Amino acid sequence: MIHFRLETGSATPAYAQLVHQVRRAVLRGVLAPGDRLPAAREVVAALAINPNTVLKAYSQLEREGFAYSRAGLGTFIAETAPAPIAPRTLHDLRPALRAWVTRARDAGLSEEAVSALFESALDEGYREGVA
Amino acid sequence: MRPAIETTALGKRYRRNWALRDCCVQIPGERITALIGPNGAGKTTLLNLAIGLLTPDAGGIETLGWSPQRQPELVLGRVGYVPQDRPLYSRFTVADTLHMGRSTNPRWDDRGARERMHKRGIALDLPIRRLSGGQRAQVSLALALGKHPDLLLLDEPASSLDPLARRDFLAELVDAVAADGTTVVLSSHVIADVERVCDYLVILADGRVQLAGDIDTIREEHKVIIGPRFERDVASADATVISAEHSERESALLVRRDDPAAPPGWRIETPSLEELVLAYLSNPRAGALPAPQLAESAAS
Repeated sequence: MIHFRLETGSATPAYAQLVHQVRRAVLRGVLAPGDRLPAAREVVAALAINPNTVLKAYSQLEREGFAYSRAGLGTFIAETAPAPIAPRTLHDLRPALRAWVTRARDAGLSEEAVSALFESALDEGYREGVA
Repeated sequence: MRPAIETTALGKRYRRNWALRDCCVQIPGERITALIGPNGAGKTTLLNLAIGLLTPDAGGIETLGWSPQRQPELVLGRVGYVPQDRPLYSRFTVADTLHMGRSTNPRWDDRGARERMHKRGIALDLPIRRLSGGQRAQVSLALALGKHPDLLLLDEPASSLDPLARRDFLAELVDAVAADGTTVVLSSHVIADVERVCDYLVILADGRVQLAGDIDTIREEHKVIIGPRFERDVASADATVISAEHSERESALLVRRDDPAAPPGWRIETPSLEELVLAYLSNPRAGALPAPQLAESAAS
């Protein structure tokens, strides 16, 4: 089961942080269709957060097709949730990215600089794909 | 759903100073509302008016739809109050304190109160004076929750507690809300607590309401725009500018606009709740009026 965390002082509101953590867990294959999300009351107790925040996060996940709820049973990861990155794709792509990170580090770039560089390339690459 | 607290042009005066003046606010039910403001902004006064400990000098206030001054019998049984200094009888034991709760409240839930003490490891035979600050806070909360209030008011509930005690206190509070749907209004200086626990925000400044609304909506409505430094005083020229900060090279404006049009070369970022609240607190006159057109005035 997913273990939620909450970062206060972030630009991302609490409910969006929960949504983001579920989405990531699905894409990384940590959560699969049929897996149950923790009951709202458990999340409220574990994080000491507003009950409405958890309900809002879960209903957004439902709207996005990541989750569905069954009255009295709980909220579950839906079949319509995006598939995790396939092991084969991961296997093909990761080593090249890892090698690139090593080159960037050897070129003297800080982690932050690499992250900024990656984000701008990401932005460029996906804009290109859409156009 | 009727509002938890509704005020109309509410005023309260101590001698010649108005602690609250022309205060108009509607605090919704079934939410956890944060009252934020500098010391002396009127937070405690508003809570004391809501429970009927004070009488307004101007305007009106309704709590759960009734007048706390004229219909105290309807209000008091349904409202729990945890005042700032958490007054408890230091010679009483925890059991005595709960007994006091039982004999003064017809709706008292003794089992719930005892379970809360048990869950937090607080022995019933201990005298109050031997409890830690965190334990006293838990006893005060149990006393307020034991009457199954529809509305719970807390004045700076966790401010003096250490991080762990504060966390336990807030956990107990939200658990009660999750179980019973209790409406909560709490005053706080701790933005991290507000961000965690509250979903509605009221900022008081100089006895008036500066900002009120759903916290997520408020966050969506505000942006920080950052660009090359400029000298003009836009904050007083444009009421959508809540605060303006200038470093050597850059100026950062916190604006109330969900979709600001930034001039080329400016970037738009999302403020944290703390940045947003601090922007209002440091500029008590901001938020009074809606007004147009920031980007143009900043660019020109």
